[in-house]
Amino acid sequence: MEYVATIGMEVHAQILTQTKMFCGCPNELTSAAPNTHTCPVCLGMPGVLPVINRVAVEATVLTGMALNCTIPSFSKFDRKNYHYPDLPKGYQISQYDLPLCTSGHLDVTVEGDARRIGIRRVHLEEDTARLVHQGGVSLVDFNRSGVPLMEIVTEADLHSAEDAYAYLSKLRQILRYLGVSTGNMEDGAMRCEANISVRPEGAEVLGTKVEVKNLNSFRSVRMAIAYEIERQIAVLEQGGRVQQVTMGWDETNHRTLFQRSKEGAEDYRYFPEPDLPPIEVDEEWRAGIRCRLPELPDEKEERFTQSYGIREADAALLTQDLQVANYFEAACAACEGPTSPQTVANWVLGDLYRLLGASGSDIQACPVRPEGLASLLALVESGKINGTTAKDVLNEMFASGRSAEEIVKNKGLAQISDEDTLTEIVLSVLDQNPGPAQQYREGKLQVLGFLVGQVMRQTRGQANAQAVAEIIKTELARQS
Amino acid sequence: MELHELTIRQAHELLVGREISSVDLTAAVLARIRAVEDRVKAYIHVSADSALASAAEADRRRAAGEDHPLLGIPLAIKDVIVTQGIPTTCGSKMLQGFMPPYDSMVVSRLRRAGAVILGKTNTDEFAMGSTTENSRFHTTHNPWDLSRVPGGSSGGSAAAVASDECIGSLGSDTGGSIRQPAGFCGVAGLKPTYGRVSRNGLVAFASSLDQIGPICKQVADCAMLFETIAGYDSKDSTSVDLPVPDCLGGIADGVRGLRLGVPKEYFVDGMQPEVNQAIQKALKVWESLGAEIVEVSMPHTEYCLSVYYLLATAEASANLARFDGIRYGYSDHHAESLWDGYTASRTEGFGAEVKRRIMLGTYALSAGYYDAYYLKAQKVRTLIKQDYDRALEQCDALITPTSPTTAYGIGEKVNDPLEMYLSDIYTLSLNLAGLCGIAIPCGFAAGLPIGLQIQGNAFAEAEIMRVAYAYEQATEWHLAHPTL
Repeated sequence: MEYVATIGMEVHAQILTQTKMFCGCPNELTSAAPNTHTCPVCLGMPGVLPVINRVAVEATVLTGMALNCTIPSFSKFDRKNYHYPDLPKGYQISQYDLPLCTSGHLDVTVEGDARRIGIRRVHLEEDTARLVHQGGVSLVDFNRSGVPLMEIVTEADLHSAEDAYAYLSKLRQILRYLGVSTGNMEDGAMRCEANISVRPEGAEVLGTKVEVKNLNSFRSVRMAIAYEIERQIAVLEQGGRVQQVTMGWDETNHRTLFQRSKEGAEDYRYFPEPDLPPIEVDEEWRAGIRCRLPELPDEKEERFTQSYGIREADAALLTQDLQVANYFEAACAACEGPTSPQTVANWVLGDLYRLLGASGSDIQACPVRPEGLASLLALVESGKINGTTAKDVLNEMFASGRSAEEIVKNKGLAQISDEDTLTEIVLSVLDQNPGPAQQYREGKLQVLGFLVGQVMRQTRGQANAQAVAEIIKTELARQS
Repeated sequence: MELHELTIRQAHELLVGREISSVDLTAAVLARIRAVEDRVKAYIHVSADSALASAAEADRRRAAGEDHPLLGIPLAIKDVIVTQGIPTTCGSKMLQGFMPPYDSMVVSRLRRAGAVILGKTNTDEFAMGSTTENSRFHTTHNPWDLSRVPGGSSGGSAAAVASDECIGSLGSDTGGSIRQPAGFCGVAGLKPTYGRVSRNGLVAFASSLDQIGPICKQVADCAMLFETIAGYDSKDSTSVDLPVPDCLGGIADGVRGLRLGVPKEYFVDGMQPEVNQAIQKALKVWESLGAEIVEVSMPHTEYCLSVYYLLATAEASANLARFDGIRYGYSDHHAESLWDGYTASRTEGFGAEVKRRIMLGTYALSAGYYDAYYLKAQKVRTLIKQDYDRALEQCDALITPTSPTTAYGIGEKVNDPLEMYLSDIYTLSLNLAGLCGIAIPCGFAAGLPIGLQIQGNAFAEAEIMRVAYAYEQATEWHLAHPTL
């Protein structure tokens, strides 16, 4: 029997703000010692009150706009009640029935097919503290307590691990374009849960839903979903019933493991947060936020092919990372003269990527700035250096941070185009290679390449190859 | 007159005239506390040393030319309001010995004004109760009759004021917790409009109902204290950004031409006859001062108690969830597991009434019950608000009793929660509507004070205090002192 999988995704993304969601503590997790970014508010001390971080609200609305959501004019916070040591107030301030953003969609491409994934809602809440289990005790780090967190929930529109992977990649790309989140799954800035069910093809009713948690990387998302789909199919094939449970992904053994039953699921007793007024997003505020909506990946890719005339595949690669796209555009802008955007694209995606990959650094930290790359390419275009030399110069620029001109000048790498100099070298090469010279004169024109190569060797690659070929032809013609 | 008997206004005049120092005044009040506190038990914690140090500092500030109505005035603070450096317990074992890491907004405003903090007054645990009998430490006694309750939950503050164990005090009012004890103890207590005074640092009972306010010997003192603590606070998102009116300035403007409404639904069976008689006499006083008395109707009054106990407990069930024995407060260290620890800490840390209300609120919010209880109650709350809107279109303020009876005996109602809840029927609707009200004494029955309540529109504190002051100046109830 054939089966259809149905998947809905819930993504939590920490929002990049200066301060936390409801207090003035720094929202900074990477370099802070445990429990140093805390105050009575995010520690849940008696008597404290939350104050809404406007920047976090705007970041969430901006995300909703990028995901084609409706932004209702009225939204509110609610209390989600449960006890856990990472939740100092005994409730999480979240949004229940009136989220900031509703009913949007995100278009993705899965194996060449365009797919539209419905976005049910995007809401804003506070992150919990971080629990560290070590040496038989559990420690709580409240630096994360109260960090603004947005939750993005899809409709059950995904059907495979590849769908999920494509959706997550695109979502992360957009979050990064918007600058609202780092989107890093490795450090927990972006976290993901999948609700997966399987039904026989043609069946009307969806199968029983299983929630899979602990998906800490793109790789584990893809593997866990594929595994869980297969597991559920196997259960059905054996005549069994899928239980409504929460599973966790076991990173070591590559399988989903039972975590807890959903029977008698926890009742969170949501009710409107009485300490906070509702959020009213009026037309003016909405318009103000919409103004900040940057060009999104799809639009940028389209523009790159249209206005730069570069290959579609290259446009897609360049726009994957906003910083790379910006780098490319800056380099194009810095190019004077005839250097084509495709040449810039080739260099960025070729040699520059190679160097970045080898050094493990990202493009923002790249020692070769866009202007530097542009001036290197200008040296090639003007004939000052040839392509081979340019690769070496780029390596040197990347290693030393010096400019192309400086390297070329200091190392005497400038291309030799001076006719007298070249003629002298050509004559000596012809003297040293009477056989090939003779063959050429007899009509075996392909030995020209060999002769040019000899000249290049003598000049350590600095000769202008085209000029050399012309001089060889002239000299041989003259000698015959 | 003894120094501890002074009102804020009188003390301020003497301080300004350099006839007394704040140290004199504070020492006199501390002596009074030593003399009567073992009988009244108004305080949970008295910080004599820090009070005297603050008094000396206030004297220095005054010598340097500063003045403020509260500069050097010794005040008592209800123990649900956090005070940096002074333990804050909320009358609960859960917070026994808890030292807050910050000051509430009202206390920091008082300190800035130069007020002297004497200590923390007794309260029903987490302000849940009407007698202070729910305090986990001790019951406060009514200074007028030590065998009776002072009311609650701000019973400690009201008793401290009535027994001259402070010059003025702060209480908190979620359903009458300032006005009812003020009535029982024969003093003045103002519940400001919701949003008028910052709740920042008030340990929350029911966030949408709680409000801090003054309990003082006289109306003018309430005005002085109110003006100092009121006003917008960016740290409380429910506080309202409106200028604080000059309440004292127009307090003596009288009531001529004002219409005072009497809600007919408030005068029902079960009201002590002397209470009714005292209110009727009070209405005559205002009439004689030029006010017009009109009857108004508040048709949803009978639902107030149910609505209040659904909403207040629902909010409380979440507000008290933070007391889990992990970061601060009482903790059972013998528990084997996380859940055992939660259970043990909360079972032992909370008293019976608090647990009862947490359970009621949890139930009201539970899946399947939310619509029938919490949501329905919110809708009726809107109707109750509309009752007020309509009534206050017909008059300038409402006159009601503060409670159906005078103070009852200690132990009399403590085992009958429903009976006790009924003692708040005249006060809690005001919190549901978010408006302001003041309680003042209007007579005695068998030696016990009778309280009346003036309810006014949102942000009409100056108006209701004017009405209260006119009555107070025309009568002498506020001048009576209990014999201790």
